Amino acid sequence: MKVTIDGQEIDVEPGTTILQAARKIGGESVPPAMCYYSKLKGSGGKCRCCLVEVSKGSEADPRPMPKLMASCVTGCMDGMEVKSISSERVVDARKSVTEFLLINHPLDCPVCDQAGECDLQNLSFKHGAAKTRFIEEKRTFEPENIGPNIQLHMNRCIVCYRCVMTADQLTDNRVHGVLNRGDHSQISTAISKAIDNEFSGNMIDVCPVGALTDKTFRFKQRVWFNKPYNAHRNCTKCCGKTTLWMFGNEIQRVTARKDEYHEVEEFICNECRFDHKEVADWVIEGPRKFEKDSVINANNYTRKIEPVHIETEKHILLGREKDRKKISMPAIPLKAAEQEVYKKGNV
Amino acid sequence: MGQKILLEHANVPGIKTYEVYRKHGGYRSVEKALKSMTPDEVVEEVKTSGLRGRGGAGFPTGMKWSFIDKKSGKPRHLVCNADESEPGTFKDRYLMEYIPHLLIEGMITSSYALGCNLSYIYIRGEYMWVFRILENAIKEAYAAGWLGKNIMGTGWDLDLHVHCGAGAYICGEETALIESLEGKRGNPRIKPPFPAVSGLWANPTVVNNVESISAVPWIVNNTGAEYAKIGIGRSTGTKLFSASGHCKNPGVYEIDMGMTVDEFMNSDEYLGGMMNDRPLKGLIPGGSSVPILPAHLIYKTAAGEDRLMTYESLADGGFATGSSLGSGGFIVYNDTTCVVRNTWNFSRFYHHESCGQCSPCREGTGWMEKVLHRIETGHGREEDIDLLWDIQRKIEGNTICPLGDAAAWPVAAAIRHFRDEFEYHIRFPEKIKNRDHFVDEPFEKVRHLVAKQAVI
Repeated sequence: MKVTIDGQEIDVEPGTTILQAARKIGGESVPPAMCYYSKLKGSGGKCRCCLVEVSKGSEADPRPMPKLMASCVTGCMDGMEVKSISSERVVDARKSVTEFLLINHPLDCPVCDQAGECDLQNLSFKHGAAKTRFIEEKRTFEPENIGPNIQLHMNRCIVCYRCVMTADQLTDNRVHGVLNRGDHSQISTAISKAIDNEFSGNMIDVCPVGALTDKTFRFKQRVWFNKPYNAHRNCTKCCGKTTLWMFGNEIQRVTARKDEYHEVEEFICNECRFDHKEVADWVIEGPRKFEKDSVINANNYTRKIEPVHIETEKHILLGREKDRKKISMPAIPLKAAEQEVYKKGNV
Repeated sequence: MGQKILLEHANVPGIKTYEVYRKHGGYRSVEKALKSMTPDEVVEEVKTSGLRGRGGAGFPTGMKWSFIDKKSGKPRHLVCNADESEPGTFKDRYLMEYIPHLLIEGMITSSYALGCNLSYIYIRGEYMWVFRILENAIKEAYAAGWLGKNIMGTGWDLDLHVHCGAGAYICGEETALIESLEGKRGNPRIKPPFPAVSGLWANPTVVNNVESISAVPWIVNNTGAEYAKIGIGRSTGTKLFSASGHCKNPGVYEIDMGMTVDEFMNSDEYLGGMMNDRPLKGLIPGGSSVPILPAHLIYKTAAGEDRLMTYESLADGGFATGSSLGSGGFIVYNDTTCVVRNTWNFSRFYHHESCGQCSPCREGTGWMEKVLHRIETGHGREEDIDLLWDIQRKIEGNTICPLGDAAAWPVAAAIRHFRDEFEYHIRFPEKIKNRDHFVDEPFEKVRHLVAKQAVI
């Protein structure tokens, strides 16, 4: 089947969705997706970020579709013509959805653990407005403990259902889901339940925003200061293929490996994710690469970095040296060797 | 006076019971269909009748039936949508409460036409007493042999269950209803696949409104061609309207399609004109989700023709100058009605009832309600009217199911036709804060204030 997206033609198999076809083409035409997750059955269609204009239905029925269509759940037809970034209606709709998603989402990227790898942050960079028109009070939720490994921050949730589907499709007994309706909808556990299933950690990975975060990693580091490495170990429960997020020689976080659309390549178990934080536990394969323009890539340690020379540094250090000499610390006596050094003025 | 098809026996004492219903010709359509017609012939009759879905969308019922996948070999289901819960719409309740056997007869005949062996009536949670009436009627139908195994010795089996919802407006949307019936959260499904291909438990399913199914016995008894003679053009047959608001005779009426709005509104046989003879300010012809019509567009269309009680005439001119027949919730407003308060009230309902699955509806309905609340309570800002217009525009058409549209249209129509009332609320907040506005001082009397302010 031939499909044209923003003027670029591509051959796809029957059953391919518009979003999948766009991802094959790549580039600017790929619609953003906050709820669609190719690894989860039945996902998509909810966030409405990926709306596209179908300007020609198919060769057989060339009529345009009157409404914008959710590209992640709309199948391609032979001869279909789609406008993604080239349609003003689509750009306007994405801007609207971004605005809707942000009205109740706290803009706390500086403290949110998802900052740097947040799909909503990326979406708002591309499609968000500089100013909010929402002056009402944002909805807030009481903090809730949902288990030993995962921290739920409900205020940030955009109700994408990904974590519910993950739990449905990966774990034995789902104990959480969406409660209430409308903008009161919230992720929560069934009464007195805690999420402790062996694959529950994947809910953290699939969450597009900072609603579900890793309790073992919270507030330890900004992700762009971490060095991500591909690593593996022999695991009886999962594939054992992970990304280690390191600071120096310390493994601060373990996640599943994600593709360019931030989707997990293979789900991993909680043991790999939470219990193995020693370098010796892993066979490190090498640095993990990220998109050139991503926030995580800001701290790209794989490229050659030229040393930076600051001219004033010398003077600053001299000043400090002078100041140090003035410091008198009678409460802390110097050792004999140190006294010698001090006398020579080389503190 | 139009003929009665649905409410023919509504006033017969004891018609709720099987004996009385049967004495008045009940279950004749089942006899006729099972003895002398093939299922396809029943479908053809319904197609010929031109019956359109009475739940609000107005899709031809016979055509919907013909879409059901008969080749899959899977069991098929008929589900009756009795989850009537739109503000201003209460006609299905009347049918089920007073003539429950009519619906059951329609369910049996329709299930035969569709080849179903298991059918459901999904009823709104708040209609608990109607639920009990239906349960009782179903029990009687089982006892009389109209339901169960080998009905009338034809070898055809049918089980009918009435299922009580938990009280969610969204469960009136057919796919959300199916989800709820399956025991899941009532969230609408993404279409395609349509229920006719993959519905209840992934089986081919038809979902029809109570009123649509209740019309089937008459069509089978009297032929579709006879039914098509009633009404005008593509709006055939009779239609129930539930009238409420500031009219003299609120209630449920069955009329022939094609009656003028003027006659329905002002004749003594129907609404009898305006309560206390106050001026008519606006009208919602099809339940709260359809746009309000201002007085000058109620009796005449924008083209100057008589406005008729048909799908086409009520929608004439699109939403700029028309509305929609919707589910037949006919709400009348006199000049003391505050359109802003009314719109806020509807908006509050849609905010409360949005399932929260898709972003524009989940966030947009809440935002609209909050802005409307501010305006209504005298805390509006100049830019709020344009903001509201923009929010509704961004919700409409961008959601999974029509609830987003249903939330957006009343707001759009209120701003389109009654913008000066919004401006009045914003410019004279002290007047809004200090009184039950428009009850003592109809808006017509204060309109000059807005005009004056605008000149300044």
